[in-house]
Amino acid sequence: MSRAKRDLILYVNGDRFAVSVEPRKSLADTLREDCHLTGTHLGCEHGVCGACTVLLDGEPVRACLILGVQAAGHSIRTVEGLAGENGTLHPLQQAFWDNHGLQCGFCTPGFLMLAAGLLESADPVTDDKIDDVLSSNLCRCTGYQNITRAVCAAARVMRQ
Amino acid sequence: MKPAPFDYIPAASVAEAVAALAELGDGSKVLAGGQSLLPMMNFRLARPDALVDIGGLGELRGVQARERFIEVGALTRHLDLERTGVPGPLGSLLRSAGAQVGHLPIRTRGTFGGSVAHADPASEWCVLAALLDATMTVTSLAGTRTVAAADFFTTIFTTALEPDELLTAVTLPRLDESYRVAVVEFARRAGDFAIVAVMVACSVRNGVIGDARVCLGGVADRPVRSLAAESLLAGQPAGAAAFRAAADAAAAAVSPPADIHGSAGYRRDLVSVLLRRALERMAP
Amino acid sequence: MTGSGTGPWVGRSVRRLGDPSILRGEGRYVADAIAGQDCLHTVFVRSPVAAGVLRAVQVPAGVWALTAAELASVAGICPTMDRPDYVPVTTPVLASDVVRFVGEPVAMVVAASPAEALDAAELVGVEIDRTPPVLSVADALRAGAPAVHDVAFPGEVNTVVQGTLTTPGFGDIFNAAATTVTVSSGSARQSALPIETRGSLADYEQRTGRVTLTTSTQMPHVTRTGICTSLGIPADLLRVVAPDVGGAFGQKMCLAREDIALVHAARQLRRAVAWVETREENLTASWHSREQQYTLTGAFDPDGRLLALRADIVADVGAYSCYPVTFGVEPLMALSELPGPYALEHYDVRARGVLTNKCPIAPYRGVSRPAMTLALERLMDTAAKQLGISPVQIRLRNLVREFPHTTPTGLVLDKASYVETMQDAVTAADLPGFRVRQQAAREQGRLLGIGLSVFAEHTGYGTPAFGARRLFMTPGYERVEITMDPSAGVVIRIGSSPHGQGLATTLAQIIADELGIAPEQIRVVHGDTDSTPFGWGTFASRSLVICGGAALMAARRLRQQLAAIAGELLDCDPWDLVFGDGRITRPGTESEVAIGHVAGFAYLNMNKLKSTSGSGLYAEAEYDPRGTFSNACHIAEVEVDPETGEVKILRFLVAEDAGRLINPAIADGQICGGVAQGIANALYEELVYDEDGNLSTASLMDYLPPTSAEIPPITIMHRETISDTELTGAKGIGEGGTIGAPAAVLSAISDAVTHLGVDVFQMPQSPHRLHASIQEAKQEGRA
Repeated sequence: MSRAKRDLILYVNGDRFAVSVEPRKSLADTLREDCHLTGTHLGCEHGVCGACTVLLDGEPVRACLILGVQAAGHSIRTVEGLAGENGTLHPLQQAFWDNHGLQCGFCTPGFLMLAAGLLESADPVTDDKIDDVLSSNLCRCTGYQNITRAVCAAARVMRQ
Repeated sequence: MKPAPFDYIPAASVAEAVAALAELGDGSKVLAGGQSLLPMMNFRLARPDALVDIGGLGELRGVQARERFIEVGALTRHLDLERTGVPGPLGSLLRSAGAQVGHLPIRTRGTFGGSVAHADPASEWCVLAALLDATMTVTSLAGTRTVAAADFFTTIFTTALEPDELLTAVTLPRLDESYRVAVVEFARRAGDFAIVAVMVACSVRNGVIGDARVCLGGVADRPVRSLAAESLLAGQPAGAAAFRAAADAAAAAVSPPADIHGSAGYRRDLVSVLLRRALERMAP
Repeated sequence: MTGSGTGPWVGRSVRRLGDPSILRGEGRYVADAIAGQDCLHTVFVRSPVAAGVLRAVQVPAGVWALTAAELASVAGICPTMDRPDYVPVTTPVLASDVVRFVGEPVAMVVAASPAEALDAAELVGVEIDRTPPVLSVADALRAGAPAVHDVAFPGEVNTVVQGTLTTPGFGDIFNAAATTVTVSSGSARQSALPIETRGSLADYEQRTGRVTLTTSTQMPHVTRTGICTSLGIPADLLRVVAPDVGGAFGQKMCLAREDIALVHAARQLRRAVAWVETREENLTASWHSREQQYTLTGAFDPDGRLLALRADIVADVGAYSCYPVTFGVEPLMALSELPGPYALEHYDVRARGVLTNKCPIAPYRGVSRPAMTLALERLMDTAAKQLGISPVQIRLRNLVREFPHTTPTGLVLDKASYVETMQDAVTAADLPGFRVRQQAAREQGRLLGIGLSVFAEHTGYGTPAFGARRLFMTPGYERVEITMDPSAGVVIRIGSSPHGQGLATTLAQIIADELGIAPEQIRVVHGDTDSTPFGWGTFASRSLVICGGAALMAARRLRQQLAAIAGELLDCDPWDLVFGDGRITRPGTESEVAIGHVAGFAYLNMNKLKSTSGSGLYAEAEYDPRGTFSNACHIAEVEVDPETGEVKILRFLVAEDAGRLINPAIADGQICGGVAQGIANALYEELVYDEDGNLSTASLMDYLPPTSAEIPPITIMHRETISDTELTGAKGIGEGGTIGAPAAVLSAISDAVTHLGVDVFQMPQSPHRLHASIQEAKQEGRA
């Protein structure tokens, strides 16, 4: 039966994960439950809030709107893959800390990955572009001001 | 919010996909980018028995340029079209419409063909397909056929596609340099589905409108061409008088639905305002 | 931002202590605990109808489910108040005979995974005979309306609380006034909408029979009390843990019936059982708020002085009463706090809570104050217009200037800066310059408007304030326990339960200054009933004031213990010693000792000391203040598109006074987040029921929390008025942004469209609503 669990390989943050999941399981649930990477959060499971945003082959996607089986063989990056080997914060993480860009922190991994997808892409990044892209995700605590400030600050650091 | 169980069939080729669809029949659905289908499945509003995943068919992604038209592969992402290098007014229209589809993380994943086959009456690509009289290329075990946009969208979330058919490409006519185009939408928040969407493409030579195309989204059970507006624009000088007359005529001719975001009357007023603005903002 | 160096720490934007781990994705929210746990998963089968008689719940073979029949031994939730107009109603854990709103739980299904639990839940049959629902206050109060609960109502049917008050001599003043002005205003239903939905994991420990409930809550201790009361078990059999909590805003402070069922199931099954609410459930069946209407009549003298205020306030409270604060929370707060920052003497008010067949209400950031401030500020604007004076003038004539000021409801406004913050904001907004821009824009067909609101935000109130509300349970105090270990590391244990407010950092700043150490040396333990003293949790803009005050008291006691030892070691009077940079110093001398040395001595060498009593370094303190008032003035500048009804906020100013700023960055973060939620209330969010009582807005496609694109840049100015009502000088700041923003936004909209004959009073001012008002004014030729 093809409803039964399927074996697949996911490449997450450079690590290889062999998992066995039902086809109906979302990539977000697969990451959380089968790869034990719980930094990717779920806030709505219908693609609006963006808490589950991860990078798939370098591009930001909603992990609640992708099945785990669809991600087989692809390269995935989650919030756990942002910091350096020795725990050094990524410029985005550092900027969020410096600019008080988080309160409860639940939406934060989604915003970090959304911004990472933007700032690490080949496209030129302007403040207008940052404003436009950040409207993809919801935050209930910060009123967004410090998130925008943090991403702009990180963009300046990463440009250098 | 977890989907009901389903069979999952990843297709390695178009032939495999249509064979699977033929075998599975009514209860199956094609999975392309999944950005419309998976939310509905998470709510269990859609509960297909089987998903035929065409996501691996690289040959369905991308734009083929021909002399008189372009062919948009069904798996071309929204983001591909937002960044497309297609020249001329058609390119402007694709880029402008592409930039208004949802948000970036939806545009990286969602597909042109998926959106057209999903047939949301406010979807940018459905409105664009109707605006340009697109031709849908549809494949099944029985062979390939084409369907005109006017016949394709039958009602809300419903198309002329048979359960065993796969939409593989959409053909759009190129617009010559005389065309001026615009996409104007009204939504409550950034990235939301439009309450009303308006797309226009008008050929303007020496200040006079020739071919006039006006398509409205969100005002009926499918994207609708405003013949009233088009006939009032064609042959008229491109200017405020014609724009206002067309906008008012378009509004008078629609019978939009009402919902929590606005009454029928409100949507009708939006048609008039947005169409006037679209005509005023038309650019090559 | 600063994160290192030496004290003093209070007043600095110290970076938050716990952020790096959250930023690395190491946060531990309840769903993360569940993802790593071998446990069963729960789905609640919920009523699909708004009102009806529950005939049967059929559970097919092979499905493990609890229904009301299995919960016969479990008591429902029945919070009470000591007042004759309050009608107690009981919330059964699972609906038994009657269902009262769409989304009410009727059965709990348990299975191996969330998806399988959902599959099984679909097989459970629910038979309900529909009865006519009441879906609005008007519906609920009409003659012959069905009663939502079969209980005795002392007044009108479905009226469950009715507070009234008339100050002596009101009628004479009211009737004799030169001018009366009436406004009606209100707010739609809202959801607090934390991005993390509710969720819990009840883990049964075989060895002891204890259950640990890890749950996304603002009130771990009260949650434990509530659940144990329902289950009839000793409190020690339940440990409640609040892990990282992904936002709450009031939605996670009231006892969830689902949690009682979960703990019961864990005890029955002797297994770990988990529940993570879906967003659809969160919108449908978690707490709602804010559906209130106000009719105010102000009696003014010719100069615009508000002499007397008559108010009729009604809140649609939904189908049940929330524990512990009850469904009286909205109407009774409105009754007591409506006069706000104005020097009003004569007040006549009726405030009611009315039952409907909708989701029950609970406090949401600001509770009644956003709608209350809207009503009062719109009254002021309307009166100013009628009397031909400016909105600023009328407020100058009415704002309280002398402190303390006792309001007609007995609240005492402590020292604040109502006039000064308004002047700060008005100056920064450049009103004359704005009028020039407004005129120029209007000539181009663009409609700009500006609006202001001032308010007093009641914060940091302890048991006296809750007692005055006559709640059966009176929240208020907080306890703090502090220990210093032999290496001078400090651990404090608190009953508050922060979830994003940065309390661990601000408390550490306060304590660090007292003890002369760095904030990084202080670890705050919270959110665990096994390891923290009983406390009420984090809500009502109270934690920094009350828990902060208790922390300061406890730190001072610990400092005395250190000073006593150091005094003996340095051979001087302990009172003379100075603490700083990790050392204790005798002023004017080289004589000093490291705090670590003193700490070690306290544990390891006490026999060498003569004067001190007892070993170790431990202190505790409890703080229960009467409460204080923060204040602010908000100014919004908007542009209205008259053709679509769309409102864009161009600029937002806040002049805030929350007393001493312990951490300015955290304070500004609270303000910005609050303003965004206020804007959401003013323009975007609305829970809509259809005529059958189904929620039409059960997804984030239809319920519309704003994105960054809808929130303007927010400029914040501070004053720091220190009053003597709170120990640290800090007043609460958690709700102010949400309270002031709606009135400022609606006032600005009115300013933009007043020449069209339009004035707006209802929230949200969604585009179709404003468009309709403009069209109507046109048709009536009002412009």
